[in-house]
Amino acid sequence: MSKLYSGAEILFKCLEDQDVEFIFGYPGGAVLPIYDELKNFNFLKHILVRHEQGAGHAAEGYARSSGKPGVLLVTSGPGATNAVTALTDAYMDSVPLVCISGQVPTHLIGTDAFQECDTTGITRPCTKHNWLVKDVKDLEKTIHKAFEVATTGRPGPVLVDIPKDVQFQKTNYTKFKKQKKTNGKVHNHFSQKDINELIELMSKASKPIFYTGGGVINSGPKASELLRELVNKTGFPITSTLQGLGSYPGEDSQFLGMLGMHGSYEANNAMHDCDLMINIGARFDDRITGKIDEFSPKSKKVHIDIDPSSINKNVKVDLPIIGDVAEVITSTIKTIKKIKPNFAKSNKQKISKWWEQIQKWRSVNSFDFVNSDETIKPQYAVQRLYELTKNKDTYITTEVGQHQMWAAQHYKFDKPNRWMTSGGLGTMGYGLPAAVGVQVAHPNKLVIDIAGEASVLMTMQEMSTAVQYSLPIKIFILNNEYMGMVRQWQELLHDKNYSESYTAALPDFVKLAEAYGCVGIRASTPQELDDKIIEMINTDRPVIFDCRVDKQENCFPMIPSGKPHNQMLLGPKDQKENKITGKGKTLV
Amino acid sequence: MVKSKSAYSIPGKQGKLDTHIIVVWVDNEAGVLARVVGLFSGRGYNIESLAVAEIDPKLNISRITIVTTGTPQVIEQIKLQLKKLVPVHKVADFKREDKKVIFKEMALFKIVGNQSKKEKALKACKKYNAIILDKSNKSYVIQVTALRREIDLMSKNLKKFGLVSVSRTGAVAMTRGSEIFK
Repeated sequence: MSKLYSGAEILFKCLEDQDVEFIFGYPGGAVLPIYDELKNFNFLKHILVRHEQGAGHAAEGYARSSGKPGVLLVTSGPGATNAVTALTDAYMDSVPLVCISGQVPTHLIGTDAFQECDTTGITRPCTKHNWLVKDVKDLEKTIHKAFEVATTGRPGPVLVDIPKDVQFQKTNYTKFKKQKKTNGKVHNHFSQKDINELIELMSKASKPIFYTGGGVINSGPKASELLRELVNKTGFPITSTLQGLGSYPGEDSQFLGMLGMHGSYEANNAMHDCDLMINIGARFDDRITGKIDEFSPKSKKVHIDIDPSSINKNVKVDLPIIGDVAEVITSTIKTIKKIKPNFAKSNKQKISKWWEQIQKWRSVNSFDFVNSDETIKPQYAVQRLYELTKNKDTYITTEVGQHQMWAAQHYKFDKPNRWMTSGGLGTMGYGLPAAVGVQVAHPNKLVIDIAGEASVLMTMQEMSTAVQYSLPIKIFILNNEYMGMVRQWQELLHDKNYSESYTAALPDFVKLAEAYGCVGIRASTPQELDDKIIEMINTDRPVIFDCRVDKQENCFPMIPSGKPHNQMLLGPKDQKENKITGKGKTLV
Repeated sequence: MVKSKSAYSIPGKQGKLDTHIIVVWVDNEAGVLARVVGLFSGRGYNIESLAVAEIDPKLNISRITIVTTGTPQVIEQIKLQLKKLVPVHKVADFKREDKKVIFKEMALFKIVGNQSKKEKALKACKKYNAIILDKSNKSYVIQVTALRREIDLMSKNLKKFGLVSVSRTGAVAMTRGSEIFK
């Protein structure tokens, strides 16, 4: 008779078969049998976080920077509810996570037992799927199914809830064979006809644009390479969403920068005026489209996406192509080579006028700002950070707010999986724990969280995790003492009524760093900024960098609410008029 | 134009609403109905009626029939979102006007009154396959199967004959002819 294993052992055997190397977690009553077995499984390193939300974001950072699913382990009740924000974040941004949660013993389920909550009920709307395992015999297939669901099709989070008694129960384990077969929810539903139609549209277009998103990154590094080849072959301009940054080189001349609410003038105008829009792995999010009725009114729209429900959800498209980005681009390139080998040449003339127009928009230089000798402008800080780290294959995470947009505008990415930011859910406090996860996946790389002082305080406790595991993450705080984006909207939309957006008491971040056992650095003038950044880079321990920036700087350009793409608010000029006066300041 | 204070866009034009019957074949497992219904409430879709029961105990399959209203775009979304759920096998969608599909609801009416009222009530129900399930001196329980709007009308008309209680199922649907939905 074969050996019997406990539920806890089976969990670890499954993780081993799924090639999991790291698990982010926090122990508690309902997962103690699992924690008891941890010592017997050396393939796995457990990273002890300080809060379950941190475990979730760390797992997200790990997943996004490595392309592998992130795994977290939390206890029942508060452990599970604390993870909900991270699960929702992963759901919105399509990040593969597998969350293992403990549950009270099956006979106590439904009795309001200690640390009981309806975990599968609470997480049902924020996971791709979840399971409550009531019989140890179902555990093995459920865990493997969980990994399959999380990583196939449009990736996303899943949760497996394991009652404590199931962790003790014993049964057999059959060695798992990874199947190449996808789960039926994965779709390459396109045909050669679709590809031919796409190429037909491409060859007819005189004002084309590629609009690419996180789907390119999720499709794997190969997709980014193929995208570069396709863009290069066609000579078309390309813009990217926040999540897609890095799939195409940020400094390339065909790249128009990010689009959307705080995107570049040229990208948004090109989206508005184009006659062919090729959406690759993006989802027509409301931060991108602005006013739907006036979104790119004259264009034919092609939408390449792995998720059929993304098609026609927000914007009606003319040609949907449902499939994995890498495979769609592969067929496209192949077909172009076969039927239009001189595509680039024959097309150049046709789109030259379009490029002229784009150059005109470009010359507006919409990311420009009025620099200062006295205070550090946040944009300048990001620019310097970029210049001083661009040759180091740096991984950037961010929190949410103005600093996030400035990072997206001024930090240029050359490779996929280097940029981790909370786009869909917009979770303040994402960046620090995400940086922990990124550093776990890439121990020898430079990992920087470009942060705001308000966001970073939401998950600051994870510095302690970074110190415990010697993860030399750099927390680069653009400290303006305001919830900057809130303040900016209040300034522009609520008559400068700065209701509760100023943090009147902040910790001394340098001392805070020392209290955590890491290094604190402060920069207050533009003159000392470079030296301090270099000092930060050269420190091989975790660093909290308190970069004191201009308190009133706003993030421009901006599409105001209810406006189409071609009516952007531009920066410095408007800014001078909108400066907060002495009187405005007394309002805070 | 009034200046919008929202950082979100303002709603666009609302399209024309159609009534559709969505049929979903699912694994009959814990929480599956909550997943389907939660999808509707979470994304703001309507449910006008709902009928669900296991139809294949061997394969463990349940059939959920949902009557909903929405713009063509919303109906399309409902179908695509349902298909993404892991326990969902297939999704069929019929327009209410579709002649190739049979829709039926069942209702139970309790009539309390004298003999003449009870008889009038029964007569009124005649063309909807009326069956008396229970009778007493003062009451009838009548079963009818009909279309949704017919039952709506009946519940209104029977009031004057002593209707005191109505219980009705959601609509169920099936295609006419030999074909089945794959």
